[in-house]
Amino acid sequence: MDGIHDLGGKHGHGEVDYEAPGTVFHARWEATVFAMVNAGARAGAWNNFDRFRHAVERIDPVAYLVHGYYGRWLGGLETLLVEAGLITTAEIEQRLARVSQPRPSGHNERVAARPKARPDPMGPPPQMAGSQRGMANPPKFKVGDRVATATEVLGGHTRLPAYARGKAGVIAAVHGGWVYPDDNAHGRGENPCYLYTVTFDGVELWPGGDPLMTVSLDLFEPYLNHVAWPANDAQDAQELK
Amino acid sequence: MSKSHDHPENLPQALRAEALETLLIEKGLLVASAVDAVITRYSERVGPMNGARIVARAWVDPEFRQWLLEDGTAAIDQFDLEGGQVEKLVVVANSAQIHNVVVCTLCSCYPWAILGLPPTWYKDPAYRSRIVREPRTVLHEMGLELESGMQIRVWDSSAEVRYMVLPEQPLDSAGMTEAELAERVSRDAMIGVVR
Repeated sequence: MDGIHDLGGKHGHGEVDYEAPGTVFHARWEATVFAMVNAGARAGAWNNFDRFRHAVERIDPVAYLVHGYYGRWLGGLETLLVEAGLITTAEIEQRLARVSQPRPSGHNERVAARPKARPDPMGPPPQMAGSQRGMANPPKFKVGDRVATATEVLGGHTRLPAYARGKAGVIAAVHGGWVYPDDNAHGRGENPCYLYTVTFDGVELWPGGDPLMTVSLDLFEPYLNHVAWPANDAQDAQELK
Repeated sequence: MSKSHDHPENLPQALRAEALETLLIEKGLLVASAVDAVITRYSERVGPMNGARIVARAWVDPEFRQWLLEDGTAAIDQFDLEGGQVEKLVVVANSAQIHNVVVCTLCSCYPWAILGLPPTWYKDPAYRSRIVREPRTVLHEMGLELESGMQIRVWDSSAEVRYMVLPEQPLDSAGMTEAELAERVSRDAMIGVVR
């Protein structure tokens, strides 16, 4: 989905607000959210990370930008708990009114959760630990192949960022079979497919891009197609192989 | 965009967390002690000191270094790590000509078992939006001056593979023990925002 979460290359976010190492949680509520996300999985609100990530992508876009990492997690968790029928939006609102009472008004006007009227089916729980899976078929691409990424924009979860759509890159590594997030997030099964590291030149990704930079992404086989090398790069391609 | 400098207990998301916490405890879905367990785990046992041990080993042991770069997942098995999020590890080495830097533009993927939980700036929109587009400028703003001919390799963690940068050993650290070297390795060098 073309959501607010897909931040790569976006302008206007200012300088990095750097903080030296030291503090893991800035307030107790951040650790509370972490613990509640774990508890949500145990309670059956979500059963794989793809589903959780997609719930975070679906929260209120303003809240996504201003509530911070654990605020985003909280919004995603509220959504999943409501969609799983473990809690209702009304219960959250009522409790929020109660805990907010002594505080100034206006603090809770934006609740990040945005549960769907008709949630995705949860799908089966994972049958194996982790996300790596054996593959019966061979990989479509090998290291050194030139590939182009998909251009279409779909509504659901995907791990092809907008900035890398419709771009040409080179296969730098073949990582074997992995659960396909685009299906797994929506309860459509694991449908494992090959995962590749694809390296893109900065000048391919960005107008006036830095000629001395590359960006490498880990992309699933359904995102990729073979594409021919431009004539002047053919020699380089042979050397790479 | 970061709210880290505001009063963190008065934020709307803090109130919402409190509301949900009390509801989940009442419903028997959360035990209150789970919060302390999370804090203890990620403050004391899971953190960048684990990555630092790996880097220090690579600096003193060339065979381990080669193994780490060829198959990071297998090479770190002996370190008995906990903390999750590292099903496959790829380690990328800095050199005199190459600088590596890691990001996750779509969420905030990070090698928890190696580096602990990510810093706030790593998860904020500014870093995630800009490091894939103008890394030299962002690194300059963060205090890292790269030589003009330095190649920059950005690793956007878009699947379950996790990345760690192997920094170059500081010139003034020759002769140090592995434990002393581990003290010299910073979290930020393993992300790639310092050298």
